[in-house]
Parts: sequence; C-alpha cells; structure tokens
Amino acid sequence: MDAPSCSKTRNPFTGAEANAVGVKVADVNKSYEGMSVLKDLSFEVLPGEIFVIMGPSGSGKSVLLRLIAGLESPTSGLITVDGQDPCLEETRDRVRLALVFQAGALFNSLSVYDNLALYPREHRSGDEQSIRQKVMHALKILSVEDAVNKFPSELSGGMKKRVSIARALVMEPQLLLYDEPTSELDPVMSATITEIIATLKNEYSVTSIVVTHDRSLALTIPNRVGILMDGKLITLGTPAELQATKDPVLVDFLNPKIDIAHPRFKKLETQETSQ
Amino acid sequence: MKQLNAILEGVGSVVQLFLKSLSYAGTLPRQGTRFIEQCYMIGYTTLPIVAILSFFIGTVLALEAGYAMEGFGAKEFIGSLVGLSMARELGPMMTSVLLAGRVGSAIAAELASMKVYQEIDALTTMNIPPAKILVLPRLAAVLVMMPVLIIIANIVGWFGGSVVARYVSYVGISPEAYFAALRHYTKFKDVINGIEKAEVFGFVVVLVCCDIGLNTKGGPREIGAAVTRAVVVSLILILVLDYFVTKILL
Repeated sequence: MDAPSCSKTRNPFTGAEANAVGVKVADVNKSYEGMSVLKDLSFEVLPGEIFVIMGPSGSGKSVLLRLIAGLESPTSGLITVDGQDPCLEETRDRVRLALVFQAGALFNSLSVYDNLALYPREHRSGDEQSIRQKVMHALKILSVEDAVNKFPSELSGGMKKRVSIARALVMEPQLLLYDEPTSELDPVMSATITEIIATLKNEYSVTSIVVTHDRSLALTIPNRVGILMDGKLITLGTPAELQATKDPVLVDFLNPKIDIAHPRFKKLETQETSQ
Repeated sequence: MKQLNAILEGVGSVVQLFLKSLSYAGTLPRQGTRFIEQCYMIGYTTLPIVAILSFFIGTVLALEAGYAMEGFGAKEFIGSLVGLSMARELGPMMTSVLLAGRVGSAIAAELASMKVYQEIDALTTMNIPPAKILVLPRLAAVLVMMPVLIIIANIVGWFGGSVVARYVSYVGISPEAYFAALRHYTKFKDVINGIEKAEVFGFVVVLVCCDIGLNTKGGPREIGAAVTRAVVVSLILILVLDYFVTKILL
C-alpha cells in the first residue's frame, strides 16, 4: 500500500499547514427499525489517504459515509475522526470536515456564490474580498464560474454536483467525504473530479473517503479500496490487489461481462421462480 | 401510551430547540440580514390579511353587540365591547391563528424541504447549527413583529366596529359616542395584556413549526404532512395557551 505522503494537510488556498486527520471505524453496526444495514465493520483510514468504498446499490455505503460525517450515530461500535466522536460539535469545531452529497444538497434559497461563501462567512475566515477570491477560485477549478450568480434550481444535475464539490473545497477541509462524486457527470468532468481528488491528496494531504461506482476512479487514485456487500466489508486492498483478485464475486463486480445471449435478469427470474 | 410518549418527545424536542437557539442569541447582531428578511416575512406579508380579518371581526362584533344591547338600551356601550374584545382576546388570538396558517405553514414547509433534500445535513457538516441561522432569526423577528401586528389589528378592528355602529340602521350610534365608550373602558393595560398574549402565541407557533420542520423524516411526501402537523399543533397550542395566559394576566 502507498503510504500517505505526509501527515500535514496544506490549505489549498493559503498553504497553511494543519494536521491531517485519520478515521477509525471499530466494530460498527447500524440498523434501522431492526433491519441491519452495516454489520461489524472495522477499518482505519490513515491521515492523508484516499480510501474508496465500492459496493452494489443498497449495500450501506452512503450510510457509512453519514456515520463518518457524524450525521448519525452507529447502533453499536465506535467511529472516530482524529480520535474524537464526529457527532460532537467540538469535533467539528476542531476538524474541518466536508461532505459532498450525492444530490448536491445546495441551499436552494441562496445563489451559487452565497452557497460557497456561507461557510467562510459563518466561520469568519477572512474578509469579503478574500472570501470572493476563494469562491471564484474554487468555481474556476470546477469550471462552473459562469454559474456564480445563478440559483441551484437553474443548474443541471452535473453542475450542481460540481458546485457542491466547489463548496467543499472552499471549506479548506482536512477530511473530505464524497458520495458518488462522478455520478451524473460526463467522462471528461469525471476525469477532472478524479484529478482534483488526487491533487488534494498529493499536494495538500487532504484525507479523502470516496463512495463510488466509478471503476476508473476506484482503480486509479486511491491508496486502498474496500468493497462493501450486504453491509459487510468483504475485502480491503490496494487497487492492484483488487485487479489481481481471482474471487469470482469480486471479479464479477469489478468487471461484469455483458452477455446478451444469457442475460442476468433471466437468471435472476429463474432463481426467484425456483424459490 | 404511545401517543403520550410522542407528545413528551415533542415537548422535549421543542424545549431543546429553544435552549439551543437561546445559546446562539449573541450571534443575532451579526445576522441582521436574516433577521430583517424574517421580519418582512412575518410582519409585512401577514399584514394585509391581518388587517382585512380584523376589520371584519370588528364589524361582526359591533353588529352582534348592537343586536344584543338594543334590548337593554345600552347601545352606546358597543364601543367598549368592541374595544375590550379586540384588545384582550380577538386581536391576539386571531392574529396568532393567521400567523400559524400563513407563516407557520411556510416555515414548516421550508425547513421540512431543507431536511428532506439534505440541506440541513449540509449545514451540520459545515458546523453551522440550524438553530443559529434558521431558528433564532425567526424567533427574534416574531417577537418584534407581533406587537406591530396586534396594534394594527386592534386599530383596524376598532375602526370596523365604528363603521357598523355608524351606518347600520338598528345600531345607529355616532363615531364620537362609539370611540368615547371605547376610550373610557379600554385601558392601556388591556392593550398591553393582548400584546403579551400574542408574543407568547407567536413565539410558540414559530418555535413549534421550526421544530416540526427540522424533525421531518422521509421523502418529499412528508413535507406536506409536516405542514399539516405544524398548523394543527399550533392551533391547538394557541387555544390551550390562551386559557392559561389569560388566567395569569387577569
């Protein structure tokens, strides 16, 4: 496994250094009304690492991200961000944590500019001029500077996603969580997002946890990839280890073959009928 | 038992939200724009409907009072009845009912929508407490705007009564006589009591509607359910609180 390059996060805008943060997930279970979604999950994300979580739809990836972001508490087990419970306000005071939501979660009543400026304004990080510079810089990186005066309702799905990532960048995060960052994006923009995630790690040592279905992202930039199926972490390894695996379940998941003569849905129908 | 649990949970949640909002009170001077926006929403946009409703409440009060008092030969006291009823009870209560329907429903819908579409989650991860930027400015705005709405409701209601007193034939008393009785029997203390009541109702309506909106769970369908719940709970609370606040203020 590639070791993270350094243990200090460097601010993309100011160059200021801060400690890179790690995440620890220990024996975590999560259930809703008795239905188990995550089962005995344990892993550690090292400071400055890119950690990708893949898995079929409904396997609990987004729930895991919400737990790490401190939006929900595990039913049992422990999650720590930089050694502290992410649900606590003090942890969020100390660790700059940003989450890029799958649907963007932009504030509909605010313009794109105000969406991005909200965090620095509320946390009084700089005067209005430096905030404007940061906002415009982040929008430029994501090629959405033309949308600065628009409202979220006027943006396409892909633009919303890019503005959402720009909003996360303006937060100058030490830990950046992405929920499907490349969904709804064209291949070029997907590659750009992948490059941004890699740059944030290589140059600024931002710890990143990425939930994705995007193979090209998952098998190129991360230090490690975890595969989640039915709420269990079935494997954890480097992209090279995963590509070399002979496990038929993983092979089928990572490189599904399209077989028009014997389609999967027919097999599923047959299985259901025999049951 | 399940319903009692739900009620207690609701009360706990509202109290928690209140305390949390209170803990950010020091940030209010920096939230001037949000406060003014909410004053506009709560005060200015509610004003026309409050004025129309108050006018007709005043007219109906004068009509009924004229009909009832004619038998006693006490028509000249219509002004006192309209004055006291508007100032002490109908002004604050009907304005609060309108506030629940007009503003409370809008608050619940907006916050429920923000919750369903993960905007509240986004605020939480940004370490910007919703109680600070979404609840506190609304609570402050309702405390400032309720007295304004009540004073206008009273004046328009009193005026509505005077129009009926003057132009409806079986009532037929002069505006001078109507307002003389109103001034004589309606004291400044009565108006203040009404404002105090309205402050309590308005504050509770906004707080409860914020809490219901912020605690919405599920998909877009739940936004409508949250609005209905917010309005129903607000109306019940206004009526229940009305008894207790009146008892305390008497």
